[in-house]
Amino acid sequence: MKIVVCIKQVPDTNEVKLDPKTGTLIRDGVPSIINPDDKAGLEAALRLKDQYGAHVTVITMGPPQAKVALQEAYAMGADRVILLTDRVFAGADTLATSTTIAAALQKLEFDLVITGRQAIDGDTAQVGPQIAEHLNIPQISYVSAFENHGDHAIVKRSFEDGFQKIKVSYPCLITALSELNEARYMSVMGLLDAHRILEIETWGFSDIDADIERMGLKGSPTKVKKSFTKGAKSAGKMVEGSPKELAIAIVDKLHEKFMI
Amino acid sequence: MNINDYSGVLVYVEQRLNEVQNVSLELLGKGRKIADELGVQVTAALIGKNIEKHARLLVEYGADKVIILDHDSLELYSTEPYTQAMVQAVQSESPEIVLFGATSIGRDLAPRVSARLLTGLTADCTSLEISEERMLLMTRPAFGGNIMATIVSPDHRPQMSTVRPGVMTKMERDAQRVGEIIHFPLQIVKNNNFVEILSFEKETEEKQDIQEATILVSGGRGVGSKENFTLLYDLADSLGGLVSASRAAVDSGWMDHDRQVGQTGKTVRPNLYFACGISGAIQHVAGMEEAELIVAINKDKGAKIFEYADLGIVGDVHKILPFLIEEIKKINLTKKIQD
Repeated sequence: MKIVVCIKQVPDTNEVKLDPKTGTLIRDGVPSIINPDDKAGLEAALRLKDQYGAHVTVITMGPPQAKVALQEAYAMGADRVILLTDRVFAGADTLATSTTIAAALQKLEFDLVITGRQAIDGDTAQVGPQIAEHLNIPQISYVSAFENHGDHAIVKRSFEDGFQKIKVSYPCLITALSELNEARYMSVMGLLDAHRILEIETWGFSDIDADIERMGLKGSPTKVKKSFTKGAKSAGKMVEGSPKELAIAIVDKLHEKFMI
Repeated sequence: MNINDYSGVLVYVEQRLNEVQNVSLELLGKGRKIADELGVQVTAALIGKNIEKHARLLVEYGADKVIILDHDSLELYSTEPYTQAMVQAVQSESPEIVLFGATSIGRDLAPRVSARLLTGLTADCTSLEISEERMLLMTRPAFGGNIMATIVSPDHRPQMSTVRPGVMTKMERDAQRVGEIIHFPLQIVKNNNFVEILSFEKETEEKQDIQEATILVSGGRGVGSKENFTLLYDLADSLGGLVSASRAAVDSGWMDHDRQVGQTGKTVRPNLYFACGISGAIQHVAGMEEAELIVAINKDKGAKIFEYADLGIVGDVHKILPFLIEEIKKINLTKKIQD
C-alpha cells in the first residue's frame, strides 16, 4: 500500500497577535507547526504503516523553510519526504495550489492520498477536494474514522447532524479531521536522522508536468483585493454598582429594547 | 472566457433528509439583494430525490427561478453525483455568481465543482458586496479571525463562494411572489468517483442548535466551573433562550463543542446575546458581533468584550445573575397573570 500525505506548515494562529498601534499581524517569533488536521492525517498513514507495512510519502508545498515540517514528519516515521518549492508556485490560491500538488502527485504512485480537512491559517478546506478532482479520484472529506480493507476502505464521514459510513475503493483521497486520531511524537532516532542523514528531495516547476499559466499568482482566479483588521464597533454604556443595581440595569435595557 | 456571457446569481439549495436548510434561505435573501443591485435574476438549484415539493418555498424566499435536479443517486449527499448535478446547473445557467452554504456539505461540494469548472472559489465568506465594476467582493476571516481579507475573481466566471450559516438574513416570506419552476434534464453518469454509502446515522441526541436561538446566554472562562453554568441555564430558561460558550469554556470541558461560538465554533446572530465572564478574544467576537443587543458581564473593567457590548456590566457574574433571574421571573409571572 502506498500512501501520500499532503501537509502544510502554518503559523500557530493561537500565538498570532495584532500590533495594537498598526493593527497588523505580528508574525515575528510566532512558531511554525504542522497544520493540526494534516498531522492527524499523517498519523493515520503511519498507523497503516505500522499495521500493514504501508509506504508513506509526505509532500508539502511552500517556501524553503517548510523543510522543517518535513523533518518533523520524517522523525515521526515517514519513509520519504518531498518539498515542492519554486518561485513559480508563489502567490497561489487554492485552485493553483491544488493544480500544482496534483501535478506532483501524478509523478508518484499512490493508493491513498491524505490531506487535513483545513489549515488553521486559511481555513478554506478547499485544497483537498480540488486535488481529488484534478486527479479524477473520489474524495471523502471530514473523515473521523478509517479502516483499511485491502482494496477498499470503510470510513466515517462526519456531518453537523450525523455521519455516513462510506465504502470507497482505492485510489482515493480523504481529508482528515483532527479527531481522527492523536498524532505521535517524533522518535529520538528519527529526529537525529532527520537532521543528520535526511536529504530532503526538492521539486521545482521543471520536475512536474504542468502548465505554467496555471501556477502561482498568475494561475489563480482569485486575488486578494485588500486585507484589514476589524475595527471594534463603538462601545456602549458601561455600568458599575451593586449586584442588584446591575441586575436592574440589565432589566431596564431589555425593557427599552422590548426584549421582555 | 468572456465574462459578459455570464449573468445572474445561482444558489445551491442544501437539503438534508429532504429538509431545506436554513442557510440556503439566507443565501436566497442575500442573492436577492445582490441580484437587484445588478439587475439580474436569482436561480435556486434544488438538488436531491423527490424534492419538488420545496420549489414553491424557494420562490417565496426570493428565487425568480427554481431548477429541480432530481435523481435516485441524489437521495443522500454524495460528492460525485452532486458535483455532476451542480456542474450541469452552472453550465446551463451561466451565472456570474454561485453561492453555497459553508457547511460540511457545501465545503465538500463547492471546491469539487470549482476545480471541475476551473474557476475561483472563496471559502467561508462573512460579507458579500458588489463593486462599482460589478465584481463580487467576497470578504472572509483568516488567521483564526485575526484578519479579514476581501477576495475578487476579476477574470473568471462564475465567481463562487461559500458563506457561513447565520451570517446573511432571510427575506421575509412572501406567499405572493411569482417564479418559474423547471424540471432540469439531468444526466448522471456512473464513474470511478462514485462511493458506496453504507449507512447514515443521525446523531441520536437531539441537539439544540444555538444558531437558531433568538436569545443566547454565553459563558466563558470567568464562569469558573461546569457547575457554575447552572446559573446561565436558569437565566436562559427564564428568557426562553439557550446556553452557549466561548472556546475557553469548551476547552475546559464545561460545554460541548456544538455550543461553541466563534471562529472555530459557530457564528450566531441572536436578538440578545449575554457574554458572561467572556474576555472577548477576537476569535470569539467574530462569531457573535452581529447580535442585535449584546450585554457583557465581566469583573475586569478593561475586558475587550466591553468594546463590542451595547451594555457593559462591570461586576461578578455569580452575584448578578441570581438577582437578574429573580427579576425576570417576576416579570414573567406578572405577564402570566395579565394573560
